[in-house]
Amino acid sequence: MAPQNAHPNAELLEQSAIKGRSLWDDARARLMRNRAAVTSMVILGLLVLLAIVGPYIWPHNHATIYRDAVWLPPTFENLHIFGTDAQGRDLFARVLIGLRMSLAVGVVATSVSLAIGVLWGATAGFVGGRLDQFMMRIVDILYSLPFIFFVIILMVVFGRNIILIFVAIGAVEWLTMARIVRGQTIALRGMEFVEAAEAAGVSRLSIIRRHIVPNVLGPVVVYATLTIPVVILAESFLSFLGLGVQEPLTSLGRLIAYGAQDMEVAWWTLIFPGATMMLTLFCFNFIGDGLRDAIDPKDR
Amino acid sequence: MFGYILRRLLVAIPTILIIITVAFFMMRAAPGSPFDTERPMPEEVRRNVEAHFGIDRPLHEQYFNYMRDLAQFDFGPSLKFRDKTVSEIISEGFPVSATIGALSIALAIFMGSLLGSIAALRQNKPADFGVMGLAMVGITIPPFVMGPVLALTLGLYLGWLPTGGLDPRLGMTPDRLILPVVTLALPQIAIISRLMRASMIEVLRSNYIRTAHAKGLPSRAVITRHALRAAVLPLVSYLGPASAALVTGSIVIEQVFQLPGIGRQFVTAALQRDYTVVMGVVILYATLIITLNLLADLLYGVLNPKVRYE
Repeated sequence: MAPQNAHPNAELLEQSAIKGRSLWDDARARLMRNRAAVTSMVILGLLVLLAIVGPYIWPHNHATIYRDAVWLPPTFENLHIFGTDAQGRDLFARVLIGLRMSLAVGVVATSVSLAIGVLWGATAGFVGGRLDQFMMRIVDILYSLPFIFFVIILMVVFGRNIILIFVAIGAVEWLTMARIVRGQTIALRGMEFVEAAEAAGVSRLSIIRRHIVPNVLGPVVVYATLTIPVVILAESFLSFLGLGVQEPLTSLGRLIAYGAQDMEVAWWTLIFPGATMMLTLFCFNFIGDGLRDAIDPKDR
Repeated sequence: MFGYILRRLLVAIPTILIIITVAFFMMRAAPGSPFDTERPMPEEVRRNVEAHFGIDRPLHEQYFNYMRDLAQFDFGPSLKFRDKTVSEIISEGFPVSATIGALSIALAIFMGSLLGSIAALRQNKPADFGVMGLAMVGITIPPFVMGPVLALTLGLYLGWLPTGGLDPRLGMTPDRLILPVVTLALPQIAIISRLMRASMIEVLRSNYIRTAHAKGLPSRAVITRHALRAAVLPLVSYLGPASAALVTGSIVIEQVFQLPGIGRQFVTAALQRDYTVVMGVVILYATLIITLNLLADLLYGVLNPKVRYE
């Protein structure tokens, strides 16, 4: 039922009205035009699928030892397409498990860093004043520290617990996120459209929901995407040193460490895990860059 | 300026104290002890050894003893290497780490600013895409992949360079340094060339560059005399974080190339619960990084007259 005082041509107007394009529609269109980012998304999708489903359907288990097939070069015979390692385990199955571990670390540790960073930055930005200065001073100090030492000590203390690796790495990588969120929050607080909304009597919650969150979200999403490869690298770094996940579980970093040991006799043990890791990192970096260009086009 | 330095130092001191304290108690909270051997020692021997190093005392007492010694620059004896003090271990390893770190940062600044400037001057042309593509590769490939791959190809297959084993007795000959230094520098070259490109593009758009061109100065002079000077500034403020990244990277590099530096000693010591060595390395690196950050900030202030430190 039409309202009583509707415009006489209301129906016509509705039909001819051009559907508004939100900032997010624009951003999506820009992202889809970025070939590197789209390709990366497709490849990454395949990698994620492989990591999740692969271990269930691949005929070899990552922990099964084939005693008569030690250091087998890549071959289609028996489907050891990546060859086998020093103990005769199928390398492809191990790469799948390693990839799964690396992706899991990427997602979980980034979420941890996201939670800490956003809370810290938003609090500092909203409250402002002394508290802001104090909180950001802490961030400055932490920025200049060799964090990796503390992560190494933490690993030693708590004995290579997977959950702890996730949390420890996430707890180290939140600093930049906090800075970004604080900067955005402060900038937004002074914006005319926020003041206008306040003046119009919009409730505080609605302002946060309609104006603050969407505007902070862009940079946060971009930075989170770029944090994932950093976090994956950190875990691999620890695993490379023998401080990360433990056998029979494995991660790409651990596989690369074995590969580096055995490369003189079995190049494939280094090249395949290394290439998988690089491919994954490339994808995240291209997607992150693409998102940044799409959401914040003025940087181009 | 002086007041600024003083204030920074005043912040640095409690920072280092907190680092020392946290590292001390974290390390002691680790299960296991430096005297866990394959065959357990007899109980009395163990008690004697622990008494000798004073780690049978209550934890807070150990902490105060440690801090007291530290105030006299005494890092204590290594708990694992008999007859060696932590200072000796560090002074053996540090020259190796420092040489590789210093050469890497020098290489990274030179190559990074060169490549970044080239990319900026040829913006959106093949040279630019080439450099930025390489930078992406440099950022993406971690040193612990790059190191073994370089050692495999250049060292083993082609036989151009020795793959590792920087024996201090053989001396740090240049050919032995190339691979570790290049591997450590690559990610930094990538980051610096990105920074340089962005800042160069910004500078090239500025009015005084247009003025210089309008005056009829040759392009070469405009770039080297005017643009480069301003474009280099952001690099200076990156030097602080870069030094921290190099410290992290050196741990891997020393592992990959079997170098006797302190990064490798740190990991070994942490795994063996060699408390005093771990503490020594943490304190050294924390101090180093804080100092380098301060120096980078001061240098930035000297080079950029718009910045005033009060």
